[in-house]
This record gives sequence, structure tokens and C-alpha cells, in this order.
Amino acid sequence: MERTIASISTNHLGAHAINIVRISGPEAIEIVSKIFSNSSFKKAASHTIHYGYIKENNQIIDEVLVLLMRAPKTYTKEDMVEIDCHGGYVVTNKILELLLTNGASLAEPGEFTKKAFLNGRINLMEAESVSDFLEAQTESQSKMALNGLTGKTTELISSLREKMVSLLSNIEVNIDYPEYTDELQITKENITPVLTEINDTLKKIIVESQNGQLIKNGIKIALVGKTNVGKSSLLNALLEEEKAIVTDRKGTTRDVIEGSIAYQGIVFHFFDTAGIRESTDLVEQIGIEKSKKLMSEADITVIVLNQSEPLEKEDLEILSTVKEGIIFLNKADLEKRIENIPSNFPIIKGSMKDKTGLEELKAKIIEIFGLKDLAELDLTYLSNARQIALAKEAQESIEHVLKENEKNIPVDILAIDIKSAWENLGKMIGEFYEDELVENIFSRFCLGK
Amino acid sequence: MNYEVIVVGGGHAGIEASHIAASKGHTTLLITGNIKNIGDMPCNPSIGGTAKGIIVREIDALGGLMGRVADKSHFQIKMLNQSKGPAVRSLRAQADKITYPKNMLKELQNTENLTIKEAMVEDLMEKDNRVIGVILEDGSKIYAQKVILTTGTYLKANILIGSTIEEGGPHGEKRSNHLSDNLKKYGFHIQRLKTGTPVRIKASSIDFSKMHEELGDDTYWTFSCDNPPTYDLKKQQKCYLIYTNSKTHKIILDNLQKSAMYSGLVTGIGPRYCPSIEDKLVRFKDKERHQLFLEPESLYYDDWYLQGFSTSMPKEIQEQMVHSLEGLENAEITKYAYAIEYDAIDPLQVKPSLESKVLANLYTAGQINGTSGYEEAAGQGLIAGINASLSLEKKEPLILKRNEAYIGVLIDDLVTKGTQEPYRMLTSRAEYRLILRHDNADLRLREIAHQCQTITETQYQNYQNRLKEIAKGNEFLKETKLKMNDNVKKQFEDSKKLIPTKTQTLYELLKRPEITMDFLSKMIDIPFSKDTQEELEIMIKYEGYISKTNKEVEKMKKLEEKKIPVDIDYQKVKNLASEARQKLEKVRPISLGQATRISGVNPSDISILSIYLKKEYPYEAE
Repeated sequence: MERTIASISTNHLGAHAINIVRISGPEAIEIVSKIFSNSSFKKAASHTIHYGYIKENNQIIDEVLVLLMRAPKTYTKEDMVEIDCHGGYVVTNKILELLLTNGASLAEPGEFTKKAFLNGRINLMEAESVSDFLEAQTESQSKMALNGLTGKTTELISSLREKMVSLLSNIEVNIDYPEYTDELQITKENITPVLTEINDTLKKIIVESQNGQLIKNGIKIALVGKTNVGKSSLLNALLEEEKAIVTDRKGTTRDVIEGSIAYQGIVFHFFDTAGIRESTDLVEQIGIEKSKKLMSEADITVIVLNQSEPLEKEDLEILSTVKEGIIFLNKADLEKRIENIPSNFPIIKGSMKDKTGLEELKAKIIEIFGLKDLAELDLTYLSNARQIALAKEAQESIEHVLKENEKNIPVDILAIDIKSAWENLGKMIGEFYEDELVENIFSRFCLGK
Repeated sequence: MNYEVIVVGGGHAGIEASHIAASKGHTTLLITGNIKNIGDMPCNPSIGGTAKGIIVREIDALGGLMGRVADKSHFQIKMLNQSKGPAVRSLRAQADKITYPKNMLKELQNTENLTIKEAMVEDLMEKDNRVIGVILEDGSKIYAQKVILTTGTYLKANILIGSTIEEGGPHGEKRSNHLSDNLKKYGFHIQRLKTGTPVRIKASSIDFSKMHEELGDDTYWTFSCDNPPTYDLKKQQKCYLIYTNSKTHKIILDNLQKSAMYSGLVTGIGPRYCPSIEDKLVRFKDKERHQLFLEPESLYYDDWYLQGFSTSMPKEIQEQMVHSLEGLENAEITKYAYAIEYDAIDPLQVKPSLESKVLANLYTAGQINGTSGYEEAAGQGLIAGINASLSLEKKEPLILKRNEAYIGVLIDDLVTKGTQEPYRMLTSRAEYRLILRHDNADLRLREIAHQCQTITETQYQNYQNRLKEIAKGNEFLKETKLKMNDNVKKQFEDSKKLIPTKTQTLYELLKRPEITMDFLSKMIDIPFSKDTQEELEIMIKYEGYISKTNKEVEKMKKLEEKKIPVDIDYQKVKNLASEARQKLEKVRPISLGQATRISGVNPSDISILSIYLKKEYPYEAE
């Protein structure tokens, strides 16, 4: 069966109000329906648009429009779905990631066009469209991605592959020359330490890459809190103090970034929840919903509480919905009446009257993301979702091998997943030669009749 | 004289080629320099080995001779890699160097439509770029519609020992002096390759008491899926393991300049997987000792083969080297080690059918194509013979895919990548080795063989019966539950296996890595053969991995199915990188899939090519 592929179609590194995630293949509709809240979508007619939420375990990731296009009248002549989501890098990537975890494969550069071509869709075009195809093939795009890697990263990935090749060629030698028992015999016991080290390094690369994304794209910070806790004065203070580099994108109902500042070389995008100050119950309700949505898009949430008043039901509700956050105890110039905050989040005290707590808050954010010393930070990160996905695939394969190894699965079977990890890392740095392995066997081992 | 097929050379490739063509009903002539040397094993006394044992099974499945003759001609057999997993198990037999050729000759003499002739071929006859026959040393001509060259190491062969060069092939046989020059004349690119063989030692002069025994398996095995074993388990012969030592190393290093390899005498390129002992010492300086194996060559004469000790040192140094080894202090060398250089063609000039791109109706197989090994030769010989026959029958050639057989991997590698050294098959060359197993060779290939009419009705029936048994076995495992009684619980406890919490079918139990068919048969009667048990156990236990492999295969197949027309003009394909254009011109791949495997042809070149094909050949590229 043809594989079902997904990728982000818009150039997601730039700022857009909307990004498009595209998926094509026999399972496209099935996969999207697993993460899309709108239940009528799956059975709907072709070429229709559907409104709803992308969800992960009932958590709203984004509010989206989904375009359903059934085969064969599509770009690839397969079933296709386009998800129009919000312009944030984090959200868009998250949606792609959800599609991948639900069964889609990450599209190779130009693979949609390749499918279109292989399925005879582009066939009808005239000679000039050939050059169009080549452009859409995004060879340049993949090159861009390759150049985006720092030399250090390439070196690191290469060294991981080198370790894998070393292990693999040792396995292969044991297999192809079983009578040469004085070569190191690869066993369950000596596979584990090598792969554990590789696994840990890959995990670290993935985390750092996600940080790298933060450095590149900025940190999205949602400010939540009930009315009158001083949320907007906090925001104003934050924006006033630093030179605001972007402000006021209120006009768009879909995008609620209130303002951005640069702090220690990192861009902070602050979101606020408009409407939460209104007093009628209905609107209040919408406000809460909106806050939740905002928090799902944000990298971190700042919960603003008024420390001069005891906790209220709304405060508790907010606290219980936040997954990763910082508590900002505002109005520190007044007498403290707040007690027993049911949360493990770090707490910063401050007052907008005295302009205190602002530095601490910003420093805490930097600390939480491990970006404390930018100058010293090892900037070995992968620069796009494709690379991160490849690294994740590789890491999952290695982790799988480690698990299977514990179950005494024989080495020839384990080699399958080690090889697949090695290939994926090879694709990442543009070095994937099947022959490499065979060459290695001969350079490393002494064998023969 | 006029034949449908002429095969030049009676080695392992020539045997399979001539046998299959003749048994498919085509009048066939096998020309060899010496009838007594048909099926000769000039190097190691074994058939099979890792990957190679699987090739032998494939040859058997396709109707070839090697497997069933080896079954009748060995004195030790074992399954390699039992512990390393299902994908890489492979049989190796110590074949008797007297019995094997004798049994082989008998098979050929009993093959209808096959004539054997002793002669040397020195030229081809050609008309309009098609071969029409061969010219012998004495100038006589024999005509044929198809000619298959399986000349082994005999083209302009030189034997090198120390500083001496002798013209001639293995066993002091005459070499072919002019055939390779004549091939050059027709446009073949000739390359010079090298291989070597170690000393032979007289058994009575060996002190075996100091050596480690290497035994055969204590279960019966056969290469062939048609015949039951005929050997006696208990009568298997022993082989022995010994090691080099510091004394040996000193002798070799002190005399390095005297080796033909190091004095500059050898010009051919030798295989890295089969290095001489001097090569091993130079390249792996830190290794204190190297493993060597002593293997009997035959029950009918006294020579033992010293595997791992290939060299091109002068004879007197070889004496010193051998005598430095433990147990060989008083050894009598019956045959000195030598290196052999020979001419081979560039396999990039060969089509996947093994027909030549240079001359139509000419096929090449075995060492002339740049490979090494009896099994690699036999596999190609078989395919060359089948395809020469299919062409006579006006049928499409048989091209085995990389997911169908090691033979397919072998030929695809040769004709797509070429080779700079004698090519040996390794399991690591096969990307889908989990589905290219020894146990399913017949399941992979018998249907194909039946369609090509290369197996008998009985052989096909054997396959049908096996399919039925597997289906029945599978049903049995799915329907039969293992009841948890005291005996069963005890079995689990005794072998420290987790006792199932609820009653499970045998099928479900086999999914667990630690539960084997062997273990189950202690508690329940498994009513089908060992072969079927192995087959089903692998299919069930590794189902996930097998389906993963199959998905990869499907990806590859899509591209294999996109055929490239034979008359394509790469000059007309715009935007190709110039290196890619050159490589494509040279290899002339038959499909986009093959094109992707050519080194120097990048993914972007492939897409350009595929667009061109879609535009220019909208029907063929469907």
C-alpha cells in the first residue's frame, strides 16, 4: 500500500497568520479524524471545509479549518486533507507531530509532488511545468535545511552514526564470519551500553533542538488570571520596560499576541486573554475557554494572582488547567492574604507599583527553558521539523532495540532497527550510502580464508 | 556442427548453465579444457557458508544441481549462525573434493541433450554484433544460437609463488591465451583480478592432539528440499582450529619483500574478504594471533587445507611459516600456497539477464563477471542457462529481484555497481535478508521455477505439499490451546518462563520471544515436520519485523516497475548532472529502481529522469 505522508506546506519559519499542514495517502482521512473534533468530517462529501479543534487526549491544540479532498481529484490523486491552523511554529509542529504519531509518515522533500507525478497527475502539463515541478521538488528546500545544520551538529550526528556503524559492522562480521570467534562477539550485554549512550545523546539533541527552536522563534508566554489581578499592568510593564519589537496584533481574532520583547537575546511573545475582564457570565465562560486554548499554544503560562486576596474558585480553576507554568504573585506592595497555593510551580513576587519582580520573572523563564547562558549554550540543534522528526524516529528505533534486546531477540533482528536509525540520521545530514556498511566491515576486521 | 547452446567452461557456473539449458530441452554443448576437472574445487573444500548456503538452497529451488550433489558428497555439515537469528542461518558442508566432481559429472552425463567436449576455446564468431558460435584452439568452428562464457580464472591466468610466475590455471591446467584479447577486440573492458589459495598439508604429518576440534551438527540437514539426507550423522569428519603465533608473525614480517604481493609482482586486485596472511599482518598490526582452520579435502587422499593461511611467499618461507604453527612442526606440505591472477570483464557491460551488452546472444557467468566463490558462480551460471533458454523459447528473461533471492542481489549489484575486486556474497549486502532465508528458498522460488519450466513435476509437487502442510500447521497453532495442567506448569517453571495467566493458543504463545516450538513440543504433540515448524515459528515470532521489511519492499517495487526503455538517449534528458548522465549511459538501467542504486546518480537526477520518461514514453512508464 502507498504510504500516507504529511508535512507543513507553508514556509513555517516565517511569521504567518495561518499555516497549512497537508496530508496525503490512503489513510489521510482516517488519521485526521483521529485528532479532529468534528465528527461529521470523516463521512463528508469531497471538497468541503470543516470547522473544529485539533485535540490531543481531549486537550485542544488549535482551532482549525480542515479541507477534505477525496481521491482522485486532488493534487496527488490520493485522498488529501489540509489543516489550516494558526501561524505559531509550536502549534503547527504539534499538529504535524500528531499526524505522525497517528500513522502518517513524514514526507520526504518534494514527496507530494513526487506522488502527483507518479500517479500521473502532472503528466498532463506542458514542458514548462517541468521546471515548476523541479522547484516544487524542493531540492533547494532540503539543501537549505542541510546548510542550516551547524558544523557541530553534523559532527555530532556523524559521530553517533559512526558508533552505530561500528556496532553494526561488528554484528555483520559475527554473522558473515561465524567461525572467527576471536573477533569481538556482540551479545545482549555489550549492545546495551553502546545503544544507551546513543539513545541518551539523541534525546538530548531532541530537547536541545526544541530549545533551539525557541531561540529561533521565540518563547510564547500566555498570561492568565482572573479580572483585576493586574495582568494587563504586568504586561504593560513588561512591554514598557523593554523596547517592544512587535506590538498590537489585536485586529486579528485568530492571533492574540499582545506584544514581544527581546531579553538576553531571546524573543518573548506575550499573549493576553482579551475579554476576561468582561463581567457577564457568558463572556466570562468564553474567556476561560479562550485562556485554555491560549495555554495550549503557549510554551509556558504565567498565572497572575493577587497576593493581597485569598484564592478564589476561578484562581483554583486556572491553576488546575495549567500544565507548565510560573506563578506571579502580584501586588506585593500590599499585605499578603493569599495562602496555601495548590501548585508546585515556581513563584515570583512583584509589584507593578514599584516595578519589582519583572527581572525575576524573565530570568525564571530563561532558566526554565535552560537558556540561561546563551553564550555558553551548545547551539547544536536541528533546525527544522523534518530533522527533529528524523531524530525522533531514530531515537524511537534505538529505544525499541534496547527493549527488544532485554527480551533476548537475536542480533540479526535487532540490526534491522539499528540500521533504520542509522539511515534516518544519514538522511538528516545528507549522507546515506548503503555501501558504507560493507566498506566498513572490511576496513575494521581481519578475516578470510 | 550446430547447437542451440554452447557453454564454455566446466566449473560451477558452466555446470549449472549447461545442465539447465539441456534439461529444458535445448541441444547443448559443454566445452571444457579437461573433463576430469568438471566441478573441481580448486580452493576451499566446502560448499555453502554464510549467505552462500542460502544461494545453494536457491539454486536447488530453481532446479539447479549444486545442492543435491553437495548433499551426496560431503563428510560434515552444519547450520551456521543458529544463535544469531532466523535471517542469517545458513548451511555449510565440507564437500569431498573427489566425490563431488565425480557425482557432478555423473549428473551431467545423465542429462539428455547435453554433450561434453574437451577443447580450448580461443575466439568467438560474430555477425552483426551477435555471437554465432566459437572457434577452438585448432581453428575448428562450432555454431550455436547462444554462447555462455563461464571461463573462471583461466583467462590469461598466472600462478604466482614468491618471485616465480607460471602461466596456467589452477591444478596446472592450461590457460586460455587469446580469448580475453579477442573479447577486448569486440569491445569488452577487461580487468585484472587476483585471488589466492593456502597450503595443503599431508594428514599423517599433522599432530592433531594440540588442536581444537570443530565438529558437524548432530541433527540432519540437506541443501535440497526434494531429497532426504543420505549421510550418517556419526560418520562426519572433524575439522580443527589453530592459531598463528609471534614466531609465525616474525617470519612473515621479516620476509615481506619476498611475497609476490609485496614485491610488486601481482598487478591484479585481490579481494579484501580473502586477504593473504601477509596482508592480515600488515593491516592488523596489533593482533597477536590469527585463527586458522585445518579441513580435510577428501576421504580418498591425504591433503588437508589450511584455511586462513593464503600467501604468495616463496616455497622455502612457506615451509618456515607452516612449521612455526603448533601441531604442524613436522608438517609435510603437499601443495604450496599461490596467488592467481586472471582476466575478467567489467560486469557493467552485462545486462541483468546476464546477456552481454556488447554482443547479443552471448552470456557470461561466474568469475569472468568479477565474482568469487563456487556458489556465486553456480547461481549466475544457472540464471545464464535459464535466460539463454528462455530467449530461445522467445520468452522474457528471468530477473530475480533483490527481495526474491540472494542471486537477485548478487546479479543486481554486479550489473549496477560493477566491482573492483572479486565479489563475494555477504548477508549484509542484502537489505531484505529477513525474507531471504534459507528455510523459505523454495517458497520464494519454486513457483517462478515452475513458470520457467526448470523443475520437474515431482519437484513442483513437493512444493505444493509443503504449502499445504504450512497452511495446515498454521491452522493447528491457531486452534490448539495449551491447557494449564501441572505438567505444563512445571515445564514453564523448570525453564524459568513466565506461566501464562490464561489459556492461550500455541500461536499466541509462540509470539513470546522465549517460547519456541521445541519447548512447546515437550508438552504437546506438534503434528508436522521440523522444516514446517521452523518456517511457522519464524513467521509467527517475527511477524512484525517481516511486515516492516515487506513495506520497505513495496516501496522499492514501485520504482522497479517503472521500466526505462532500452533505446533511451540520455543526451536528450535535460538537466541531468553530468556524472549521472555518464553513469546512466554506462549502466543503462532497466528500471528507475535500478537507476537509484547507481552510485553518482542522485535523487534529483532520478526525478528528472522520471519526468522525462513520463513525457516521452507515457505508455511504457505506466
